[in-house]
Amino acid sequence: MKYTIKNARMLDDAIVDIEIANGVIANIGKEISAGEIVDAQKSLVIPGLVDLHTHLREPGREDSETVATGSAAAAKGGFTAISAMANTFPVADTAGVVEQVFRLGQEAGLCDVFPIGAVTAGLEGKKLAELGAMANSKAQVRIFSDDGKCVSDPLLMRRALEYVKTFNGIIAQHAQEPALTVGSQMNEGLVSSKLGLTGWPAVAEEAIIARDILLAEHVGSRLHICHLTTAGGVDLVRFAKSRGINVTAEVTPHHLLLTDELVSNYDPVFKVNPPLRTEKDVMALRKGLADGTIDIVGTDHAPHPTEDKDCEWQSAAFGMVGLETALSVVVKAMIETELMSWETLVERMSIAPAKIAGYAKHGQIVAKGSPANLAIIDTSATWIVDRNTLASKSKNTPFAGMTMPAQVRHTFLNGDLVLKNGQIVSKMNGGSN
Amino acid sequence: MATVLDAGEIGRALKRIAHEIIEHNHGLENVVLLGIPTRGAFLGERIADFLSEIAGPVPVGTLDITLHRDDLRLRPPRPLLPTNIPMGGIEGKDVVLVDDVLFSGRTIRAALDALGEIGRPRTVQLAVLVDRGHRELPIRADYVGKNIPTSSTESVRVHLSEIDGSDSVEIMAGA
Amino acid sequence: MEKHLLSINDLSASEAIQILNTASELSKISDGPMKKLPTLRGRTVVNLFFEDSTRTRISFESAAKRLSADVINFSAKGSSVSKGESLKDTAQTLQAMGADAVVIRHGASGAAQRLADSGWISASVINAGDGTHEHPTQALLDAYTIRSKFPDLKDNFNGLKVAIVGDILHSRVARSNVLLLSKLGAKITLVAPPTLIPVGVTDWDVDVSYDLDSAILNADVVMMLRIQSERMAASFFPSEREYSRGYGLDLARLNSLKDSTIVMHPGPMNRGLEISAESADSHKSVVLAQVSNGVLVRMAVLYQLLGGAALTGEVGA
Repeated sequence: MKYTIKNARMLDDAIVDIEIANGVIANIGKEISAGEIVDAQKSLVIPGLVDLHTHLREPGREDSETVATGSAAAAKGGFTAISAMANTFPVADTAGVVEQVFRLGQEAGLCDVFPIGAVTAGLEGKKLAELGAMANSKAQVRIFSDDGKCVSDPLLMRRALEYVKTFNGIIAQHAQEPALTVGSQMNEGLVSSKLGLTGWPAVAEEAIIARDILLAEHVGSRLHICHLTTAGGVDLVRFAKSRGINVTAEVTPHHLLLTDELVSNYDPVFKVNPPLRTEKDVMALRKGLADGTIDIVGTDHAPHPTEDKDCEWQSAAFGMVGLETALSVVVKAMIETELMSWETLVERMSIAPAKIAGYAKHGQIVAKGSPANLAIIDTSATWIVDRNTLASKSKNTPFAGMTMPAQVRHTFLNGDLVLKNGQIVSKMNGGSN
Repeated sequence: MATVLDAGEIGRALKRIAHEIIEHNHGLENVVLLGIPTRGAFLGERIADFLSEIAGPVPVGTLDITLHRDDLRLRPPRPLLPTNIPMGGIEGKDVVLVDDVLFSGRTIRAALDALGEIGRPRTVQLAVLVDRGHRELPIRADYVGKNIPTSSTESVRVHLSEIDGSDSVEIMAGA
Repeated sequence: MEKHLLSINDLSASEAIQILNTASELSKISDGPMKKLPTLRGRTVVNLFFEDSTRTRISFESAAKRLSADVINFSAKGSSVSKGESLKDTAQTLQAMGADAVVIRHGASGAAQRLADSGWISASVINAGDGTHEHPTQALLDAYTIRSKFPDLKDNFNGLKVAIVGDILHSRVARSNVLLLSKLGAKITLVAPPTLIPVGVTDWDVDVSYDLDSAILNADVVMMLRIQSERMAASFFPSEREYSRGYGLDLARLNSLKDSTIVMHPGPMNRGLEISAESADSHKSVVLAQVSNGVLVRMAVLYQLLGGAALTGEVGA
């Protein structure tokens, strides 16, 4: 399939036509008219977004999301690659499960789905999962995480960090000291003291970050810290990078915009792990993302069915959906506030995550010969988040009703148009490899 | 708006009621006055003052009827007003209820219920400054300052110096 | 207080005083043989209790019955109700039964607010204790009790010094009392070991002391909170003996109080732990008055919430 994107705006504001053929950008220039024409109407063309932190729930919780519905949500959000977290039922701790998830992603054909493998068998934190088998499977797993749970045993964490070096893997840590967060419901501070909800202290996150940074330094391994939420955590990562430790860090869109004040009405749509923090933390996270201390944005897209949120706070599930709002939220938090440019956004949401994970066909700058994984963004559009129009199977967005900047118009996946004028295009072929 | 009673006329009406109470009860030995807040309470005090000038002191108190109203669901909740039963209570007494305006009779029905919570008087009598007619219950006043024929759309406003600054009774056209 | 009583934050100072005044008027009627008042005839009050609390349930039940409301007791403890979805199902059942008010006791903080906000139910919701959040009618009855013991206090509690002692971190009684008493103008000192004081307390409108002996010297009111021995297991304090030595109201401390000082406890008391028998039974203790005042205050709250229509205009004459 051939396409020409007419009137695309590049990051340097040049208006160009982009010819796509055989999955790559065949030509960039003026007055090109090959194949199907997609008029970008001067919308911005950027490399497709890459998420290293997505919960797709399949297998096991297909009532909340499937690989197919999550892929559709990703395409709508401008993502061309997402990374499926391992906390499924069964857990993605064997080659069989990760290959299944990989295959489901290929079949859906809306987004490249790269499975993340569990660090420990059954996420139980007791012994290593078969990391090598997953790495050598068709899914070629490189990221390993017990996300949802912390690899809290320091010795097990050390072994994991060391073991994945053989295939250049990376451990993505969910930093949460379990003993400090027994029964925790929200950030520990003024708001929790008023609401009578068990506090989740910042130190529970920071203590693990500090420990793992030092472990990574000691064994000379790569460490990725998932969803950083505290000002202290940003300082620790900054310290680690200044020491030359091979650590990368991630922040979610929601932690860049929302604070624990929102918990005040006990609406579980704001219940998330790690919890929403304070204004001071939000400002530190934004600064960290702007200056590169935090390398990437990861959505932590966490779908939950209505009944898991339509209840009292304490009984509700942790998590928020985020794929379809991620770009807009980051624009709102970082670009509208003039903390970051679009170039930096592309770096944090596409180039850097693809590089950390080794997704070779993603996160390439828009240039002749690059893989045609592209998102075309109307940067001047605004839109109102509506639960009912989400492609995700679950509707637990904390942003419902909010007016958002920037809208994804079209998404190209490996040369195929998968999102056209904001609508999912049904799959043309068997996906890509 | 028309003034139907001025301050002087209100004073004379209350004084006449005081005389009638003494006459009707053959003295004051067994009489207790209970004013219905807000304005009935002030009228009760004033009648008691006249009574004490004429025949000596008489126990006077107040009886709030809010919790016994049958129109609670028609209005926003209102604060309770004071109920003060004089020492000696009402058991076996001749209780004279005092209110400003007698209209549908529902307030007095509620007052009789409220009184029933407190004790069993020998008799219950009713004194009102104004009877404007339009009764909805079989209730009548024993002592009336002035009968004022009204249409049901008109409203009667009693002003008393204790809370309104001056004394007057006015009829206002209905909305 | 528009429709619900979920938190003391739902009340202005003047609304709180009005509830206390209403309770005062009700107390005059209640002296002597109390008959039923017809005020809430035809209204249905549901006591929805997800946690055992016989004393709170009985207090609400007798308050509602004295106002002639129909009372349905729905004890959800021990039944299949343990997860949140059932709160929704239960609420919808009560809605179908035509409840006018739901008095809810629940182990989860915010459950009352969820019930009120969720759209599951149109009844008024009264929070009878939600997790470690609030227990607003307890604070109102405590304020009523304080006012009855300090006749100088009428429309505010300015100048009153209150020490609240014990497990502040987990106490819904403490939270509601801090909000209400400070709203009314009292000066509050929280006294507890640091482990039992919330981290966020630095931004509350209170003083904090770790020393009970000095904190109670000038207090007009000493409010002791129940301590649960499970806190000891979680290392909030080393032993019951050590807690009692440091933060129990024993005879020596009782004797150090001013003559006019009153001792309060929301009950049930752990005699010999946070309060000694001598203190619990002394003439300074108003614990029994707290219990009897509970009915009056809850009658006042039910009257305020249900004793009228939510109409704005004047009706009738």
